[in-house]
Amino acid sequence: MAADKTAYLGRSVQRLEDPPLVTGQARFAADINFPNQLHMRMVRSSYAHGEIVSIDTSEAQAMPGVVAIWTAIDIADIGPVDFRADRAAEALKPYRQPVLAKGRVRYVGDPVAAVFAEDPYLAEDAAEAVVIEIEELPVIVSADDPPGEFAAGHGTEAAVMHHGYGDIDAAFANADTVIELDLRTGRHSGVPMETRGAIGRYDAANDILELHGAAKVPHRNQETLVKMLGRDASRMHLHECHVGGGFGIRGELYPEDILVLLAAMRLGRPVKWIEDRQEHLMCANQGREQHHLARVAVDAEGRILGIDDEFFHDQGAYIRTHGSNVANRTMCTITGPYRVPAFRAVCHFRLTNKTPCATYRAPGRYESTFVRERLIDAIAPELGIDPIEVRKRNLIAAAEMPYTIAFDEPHVSDMVLDSGDYAGLLDKAVAAFGWQALKVELARRRADGELVGAGIGMFIEEGGRGPTDGARIAVDINGEVEVITGGASLGQGFETAMAQICAEALGVDYRRVRVIHGHTDLIPYGIGAHATRATVMTGSAVDVAAKMVREIAIDAAAEMLQTPADGLDINDGTVARRNDPAGPAVTLGEIARRLAPDAAKPGQGDPGLAAEGFFTTTDTVFPYGVHLAVVRIDRGTGAVAVERFMVAYDVGRAVNPMMIEGQLVGGCIQGLGGALYEEFVYDEEGQPMAVTLADYLVPTLREAPDIEVLITEDAPSPLNPLGLKSAGEGGINGVGAAIAGAIGEAIGDPGAVRRLPLTPARVMDLLRRADAGSS
Amino acid sequence: MNAKHDITLAINGEAYAISVEARRTLADAIREECGQTGTHLGCEHGVCGTCTVIVDGAPVRSCLMFAVQCDGASIRTVEGLADGGEPHPLQRAFMEHHALQCGFCTPGFLMLAVAVLERDPDIGDEDLLDILSSNLCRCTGYANIVKAVRAAAAEMRQC
Repeated sequence: MAADKTAYLGRSVQRLEDPPLVTGQARFAADINFPNQLHMRMVRSSYAHGEIVSIDTSEAQAMPGVVAIWTAIDIADIGPVDFRADRAAEALKPYRQPVLAKGRVRYVGDPVAAVFAEDPYLAEDAAEAVVIEIEELPVIVSADDPPGEFAAGHGTEAAVMHHGYGDIDAAFANADTVIELDLRTGRHSGVPMETRGAIGRYDAANDILELHGAAKVPHRNQETLVKMLGRDASRMHLHECHVGGGFGIRGELYPEDILVLLAAMRLGRPVKWIEDRQEHLMCANQGREQHHLARVAVDAEGRILGIDDEFFHDQGAYIRTHGSNVANRTMCTITGPYRVPAFRAVCHFRLTNKTPCATYRAPGRYESTFVRERLIDAIAPELGIDPIEVRKRNLIAAAEMPYTIAFDEPHVSDMVLDSGDYAGLLDKAVAAFGWQALKVELARRRADGELVGAGIGMFIEEGGRGPTDGARIAVDINGEVEVITGGASLGQGFETAMAQICAEALGVDYRRVRVIHGHTDLIPYGIGAHATRATVMTGSAVDVAAKMVREIAIDAAAEMLQTPADGLDINDGTVARRNDPAGPAVTLGEIARRLAPDAAKPGQGDPGLAAEGFFTTTDTVFPYGVHLAVVRIDRGTGAVAVERFMVAYDVGRAVNPMMIEGQLVGGCIQGLGGALYEEFVYDEEGQPMAVTLADYLVPTLREAPDIEVLITEDAPSPLNPLGLKSAGEGGINGVGAAIAGAIGEAIGDPGAVRRLPLTPARVMDLLRRADAGSS
Repeated sequence: MNAKHDITLAINGEAYAISVEARRTLADAIREECGQTGTHLGCEHGVCGTCTVIVDGAPVRSCLMFAVQCDGASIRTVEGLADGGEPHPLQRAFMEHHALQCGFCTPGFLMLAVAVLERDPDIGDEDLLDILSSNLCRCTGYANIVKAVRAAAAEMRQC
């Protein structure tokens, strides 16, 4: 059938990105070189907190190949790294990170000086010869500790934030049962396989400053850099190349990005910086570390009356580009997919002397899901109700959509859950997993002495938050399609997804669509790739623009073929009569030639077969999911084996199911890392204990079970033309919650797990306590 | 320490006469002196396996070898895998099975798998998994890498 030829939306087509990546032809940040470039090496604090007494660069300065060494005094005219999110947060501004430490160092890894040399080896030699004298100050390593002083007039508790609605006191006063839990999520992060990298270059001939190696949000970062460096936007451009994973942490602005740009201008040569892995594990954004004191009030049937949560958010040494965004997302999503009549959250947003934190895949939501689902799991045994049943009694019903959660605080945006059949997905997931039979089987195995159990995590995700994104599509005279977007690719398959959406709307083979992203000089606006926005925002803009191009093509073809436009269709790049596809036809390339400005008979509108389309929204889409896990614990070592894991997820509309499954599985394994292995541990002096990949335990394939995936499209979003939601963060969100429940059941104490990650030592501790409790 | 040594690296059949310090890693020499940037560095301390290349038939972590140790050795990198325009069965399998997302770790996995399957085409599945577990990937969750390597192994055995 002709229609199949261009049906690209929803098909698991092979990725356009792959050929250069499997042949070694891709260009990552470290692969970019400019003639006459310098190499930058950072000199970092080896103390977690202290006053800088002196910095002696004299020996380093004299070493071969050294061109310059900068400390804070050399860039005194440049302010701290600015916020791009949470712009309104005046009160948080004193906590921003200076580009180079001024007077005080606040974490191990804090940049104190920058060495610029002819060669990276020489730069590193010289960096080692820079002598920094530091007088140590008392260290705060936990957000639980009493707040201290950050700077004169500013305590380490940067903010106490409140979210709430309803009569929370009445909810608890009227409760049949109140459950109270003390819960902790451990510090972990994205740890992409490519470390950070930045190359600054000043094009003096055109007075344009360039940052190569940009990622995630090039346009947003352009805005910030323009402000920080006092340049015109048209003279400050960011360029994304291949990016070796992002997961939220890569592509934010960091001190090193500012330094290579300043140095490129002031030293008059391109400057390249490539982070090493140890630096990455000490300096790139971390996340997740929160301590919650949460309680839930329920009636006699297990219906939630209210949730009250006070928590301590460990922000690390500075507040980076996101402001307090992660804590905000935690507070907004604690109630998740459930009907919660009254709610109160109080966040103590505190600075510590550890690596600064910001967004990591499902920011705030991995944490909030762990807290919420632990509470739900605790209701079940307390009231003698099945945990699935407790969830069903409290889930927001499909008929209630769209469902608005309005907070009392005027500055906190409402959450309007756009669409969803939460109970429907739970039913499907439980059935697909064989939950009932599984529970019987697990009980039998436990009776036989095995430590096995199953757990569940339910959650909502959020994505596609606006405000706006555009795409420019042009067809050349050979029929090749170029799509210029303000999106970004972190390896998630952005180009393929955009090409599929364009191909579907326009009527061409997706392999003839070239997708451009991450270059601020090619398109003035761009949303980038963050908070699972790309497919929703850029995808919708591509759909809009492609339909505009389609209309231009059909109008031109109508004239060329002397056929009414409404009788024409486009298939595989050729316009023909819908009822006579083999009859007279004209290709998109021929139309483009006809519409060229120098054509003999140009079209009536603007020349060219091209259009620019925008998609604008003030809303957010809310995909949702269920995670189910089965674990087995080794009684002798406390090691946890994940026997089965299922991710059930409603994506609204699947553009490429293969890539969505890839996102969900990959995210899930990261989540298992954070639930079982990965933790940035610090000693009492604030020294980081996990600064190599031998200490920070990213799962290998031996720790990665086969993940069962159930993708549904039951609740397309009503908020965009294709019904898109998003897929990037649904694989990780509920992992901690599901694993915690499974381990609790395995050791015979459903509420036992209070803390992630569940390292073997912590599991052994749980086992000992369970044994002591039962004896 | 900074004295330079004249050595020759034979990469994918082409000889590169270069002059490097004794401390220069093989990875840096391949990338910078020889311009073959398909070999990536993920950790520079021998844990992630991203920089895996094949030296005289054995998969090695090029961040843990010095270039001078490879003077005269035969080195294979990802750039040499395809046969002209024809991708290697492993490259094809990685694309067909969606065994890569960002693709940064991919050259290392490809070279590890090539070396292993050439050395031991009939390797048992458990041994294969053990060997593949020596490299890290942060995007895929590994399942599709395993599928791709198994598929390519079957195809290579038939050739």
